[in-house]
Amino acid sequence: MDLEMNLNAPHSMGTTIIGVTYNGGVVLGADSRTSTGMYVANRASDKITQLTDNVYVCRSGSAADSQIVSDYVRYFLHQHTIQLGQSATSKVAANLIRLLSYNNKNMLETGLIVGGWDKYEGGKIYAIPLGGTLIEQPFAIGGSGSSYLYGFFDQAWKEGMTKDEAEQLVVKAVSLAIARDGASGGVVRTVIINSEGVTRNFYPGDKLQLWHEELEPQNSLLDLLNSSNPEPMNI
Amino acid sequence: MKPFGKHSLLGASGEISDFQEILHYLDELILYDNMWDDGNSLGPKEVHNYLTRVMYNRRNKFNPLWNSLVLGGVKNGNKYLGTVSMIGVNFEDNHVATGFGNHLARPILRQEWHENLSFEDGVKLLEKCMHVLLYRDRSAVNKLQIAKITKEGVTIHQPYSLKTYWEVSAFENPAQGAIGSW
Repeated sequence: MDLEMNLNAPHSMGTTIIGVTYNGGVVLGADSRTSTGMYVANRASDKITQLTDNVYVCRSGSAADSQIVSDYVRYFLHQHTIQLGQSATSKVAANLIRLLSYNNKNMLETGLIVGGWDKYEGGKIYAIPLGGTLIEQPFAIGGSGSSYLYGFFDQAWKEGMTKDEAEQLVVKAVSLAIARDGASGGVVRTVIINSEGVTRNFYPGDKLQLWHEELEPQNSLLDLLNSSNPEPMNI
Repeated sequence: MKPFGKHSLLGASGEISDFQEILHYLDELILYDNMWDDGNSLGPKEVHNYLTRVMYNRRNKFNPLWNSLVLGGVKNGNKYLGTVSMIGVNFEDNHVATGFGNHLARPILRQEWHENLSFEDGVKLLEKCMHVLLYRDRSAVNKLQIAKITKEGVTIHQPYSLKTYWEVSAFENPAQGAIGSW
């Protein structure tokens, strides 16, 4: 019996995070599983965190590190907004994240995707992986679940999608990653940011599409047995 | 899970290749037992003892079979449920589990198991445990299979998956009160 459970393992968001631009704004998506070793500490976490009214960040890796980085950046951006006299741009937010990630690269273990909308550049996505590189991309994926999505995005991504197309792509992608990655799971959360504002959505696990070898969920085996169904295997 | 003999079933978690090796040993064991042709047959208790010896001896040679085994069966109307770990820890009880099941499922079973469970209640109880494991064990997948062993024999049902519940109001916007938290 493997009773060696690491109860002191740091909280890590195994995770799948995604940021995608579309013609008018950005869609950010994430799963909701936070784990301590092999135990799921939180099955409905919120990994898409607000930095300003128009800029959000998807967090992955160490829960503590990503929270503290986003807290600092939110604080700096708040002061910046007051000094500037108008909303911060997503580029500024991304660069603040970069500075913290890069200058503390030996101590931090967090990968972030910044997404926002501002009046100068419209919708933008910036990926800031482990070392503190900043890279602006039309779409970005991160977290352990993203390994399963590189091929999917190579095939399914296209420029100039509508808002609904982009959101559906994100939900489908996170759902595929959840199916394959043990460190991702729970619900799919999305945040859509455009000139009109911010919309949060929530897709519970049981409402997602079924993938290969996944079966239609039941209330109980007894329901299956009581309905007129194929004979169970008998020995 | 695999049935063996007429009235027993072996389930394992861990390394599947080692489990297949164990099944191979068991097939041999049952074969030799049948060749005696003496009307006697190895019951779950005897096989449990055999498996314990196998696991423990491998552990002593620092080359364990990386499995946690659960063995159930009915012989002559007597029911038996036992478990062997990869290091040879073995015991029998009214309810056993492997891995996270020990931490999450057994406490539920300690409260809710009782001697006169019907098949329906037993299934519901197991499904209750599997729900918790599905939510809280990272290595869990939503597909399970139930087997029933009675004196009539072994029945293994088709795999199926469980409905999960996410419609808790607290789940919708958990960071509302404290932005940046989880």
